[in-house]
Amino acid sequence: MAVLLLAEVTGGELAMDATAKTVTAAVKLGDVTALCAGASAAAAGEAAAKIEGVSKVLVAEDESLGHRLAESTAALIVSLAGDYDHIVAPATTDAKNVLPRVAALLDVMVISDVSGVVDADTFERPVYAGNAVQTVKSKDAKKVISIRTSTFDAAGEGSAAPIDTVSAADNPGLSEWVEDKVAESDRPELTSAGVVVSGGRGVGSEDDFKLIEQLADKLGAAVGASRAAVDSGYAPNDWQVGQTGKVVAPDLYVAVGISGAIQHLAGMKDSKIIVAINKDEEAPIFQVADYGLVADLFTAVPELIEKL
Amino acid sequence: MKVLVPVKRVIDYNVKVRVKADGSGVDLANVKMSMNPFDEIAVEEAIRLKEAGKADEVVAVSIGVKQAQETLRTALAMGADRAILVVAADDVNTDIEPLAVAKILAKIVEEEQPGLVIAGKQAIDNDMNATGQMLSALLGWSQGTFASKLDIDGDHALITREVDGGLQTIKVTMPTIVTVDLRLNEPRYASLPNIMKAKKKPLDEKTAEDYGVDVTPRLEIVKTTEPETRKAGEIVGSVDELVAKLKEAGAV
Ligand SMILES: Cc1cc2nc3c(=O)[nH]c(=O)nc-3n(C[C@H](O)[C@H](O)[C@H](O)COP(=O)(O)OP(=O)(O)OC[C@H]3O[C@@H](n4cnc5c(N)ncnc54)[C@H](O)[C@@H]3O)c2cc1C
Ligand SMILES: Nc1ncnc2c1ncn2[C@@H]1O[C@H](COP(=O)(O)O)[C@@H](O)[C@H]1O
Repeated sequence: MAVLLLAEVTGGELAMDATAKTVTAAVKLGDVTALCAGASAAAAGEAAAKIEGVSKVLVAEDESLGHRLAESTAALIVSLAGDYDHIVAPATTDAKNVLPRVAALLDVMVISDVSGVVDADTFERPVYAGNAVQTVKSKDAKKVISIRTSTFDAAGEGSAAPIDTVSAADNPGLSEWVEDKVAESDRPELTSAGVVVSGGRGVGSEDDFKLIEQLADKLGAAVGASRAAVDSGYAPNDWQVGQTGKVVAPDLYVAVGISGAIQHLAGMKDSKIIVAINKDEEAPIFQVADYGLVADLFTAVPELIEKL
Repeated sequence: MKVLVPVKRVIDYNVKVRVKADGSGVDLANVKMSMNPFDEIAVEEAIRLKEAGKADEVVAVSIGVKQAQETLRTALAMGADRAILVVAADDVNTDIEPLAVAKILAKIVEEEQPGLVIAGKQAIDNDMNATGQMLSALLGWSQGTFASKLDIDGDHALITREVDGGLQTIKVTMPTIVTVDLRLNEPRYASLPNIMKAKKKPLDEKTAEDYGVDVTPRLEIVKTTEPETRKAGEIVGSVDELVAKLKEAGAV
């Protein structure tokens, strides 16, 4: 079977972690061709060619493919789809924007957030905020799948797959990019970090959220947040962990002032070690925490920063 | 401009979901059902467009079992003008897949000719995050997904999107399909008088056959199981103890 894998390319660069984890899932389905698309994508193509399990790389460079606009990216994938049985991508916001569009154009169902590959037609995926896991068998001729990267290990690097170029499909010209608001940060990326420190409504303000960031910096961690913390303006939207935010599974997850609603747990309960700091001993987060500390965060967190 | 808002009836987000022991699905008998929370945000946005004079009619659509009437009444009570119910299943356990939903919605768009469709980004039951994008593909329209800001200006709209890296703003050609994220607005509650008024607003009932759409699922649900549960951990007495435990576990 032949698999077309949409590599995660942002600003011309390959997101290695998300792409390499998706390759691990994709090699179970067949021979993997990685597609790197963007206004510039050649460097990303070279990086993707190194991933073990990628047998070929396609690079598509065109202005219309910059910023991953859904209409032009979907048109490109559909133009290539004839040669493949599976079209896969990491379940990022980019791919979630594009893949259902591809699936509808091919008249097939999309299978979102796959957490397990049973066989070429059969997949596991979490539903109901991770409260249940469905095994689904696709009856479609082509499978269009996004992969929940937190459940797969990254494929290694060291290969040298051949690289070809392909041209963009006709740009439907329905949308154009205006601007990105991206916060620059030296911290690790949330979904690939080994340690994540998240703050919730209990942190109380944007100013006090700096305490969470200090603890994160002490641990070399990425920073996350609950929906309540994002809604209240303490943290930016891209820090939201949960059912409708990012899904993380670091070695260590520290939840501070987070109650542990099911929608939050959906995004972090596969972490290896979970620490919870909350002043309410009844908080549901303690039911999933390996180590719980019942304490006021404003005394516990500074003490923790000092003692680590 | 007419605005179409697809709303889905789902298990209430506060309900503790139980997986049936025989693996056939989750228990939906006698549990509270509500409008998908993202769809409340979509309805709110449509009503605000009407209040701002940018839209003149808001039509809510739901596809599924007959009981989805209640969901549509909620949309009407919030301020939608009329509703269309497409009955496509008898059994409350049958979920209509996004592809079939999108095909039915595409037919309704042909009939109703809205200038804008506002959907939720994701249904909190199947967690698919697909319908809006699929509908957009079927219609050949532009799409603006995961919106946290929407500004319509004549034949274009500016849409700010919540993406993994932060926020992205795009300019799309109208007509367009927007799917809404959590930060777009805070939906209103329907007042009692509006709930009463909603009972008199028009609610058309159709079937999937009326639109000639085959809703047979493409994905066979082989089984539904409980996720792995975590074993209960321990409560530590102090920050010192926490640090000691983390060092012992090799976590720091
Ligand atoms: C459609 C939908 C999607 C959602 N998606 C997500 C999602 O992706 N991610 C997500 O996180 N949520 C999501 N939610 C929201 C979720 O249901 C909860 O409302 C949210 O997670 C609560 O955030 P919180 O724990 O920070 O706030 P709260 O529930 O208010 O908890 C705050 C906690 O802080 C503790 N606290 C307060 N002060 C202190 C102090 N000084 N020291 C120590 N502890 C203190 C309190 O005891 C409390 O337990 C979603 C909800 C809906 C309806
Ligand atoms: N059966 C349905 N009836 C009406 N709208 C739906 C239905 N299914 C999905 N939608 C719409 O599509 C959005 C995304 O759903 P999904 O693609 O299933 O995650 C929802 O928030 C609704 O706006």
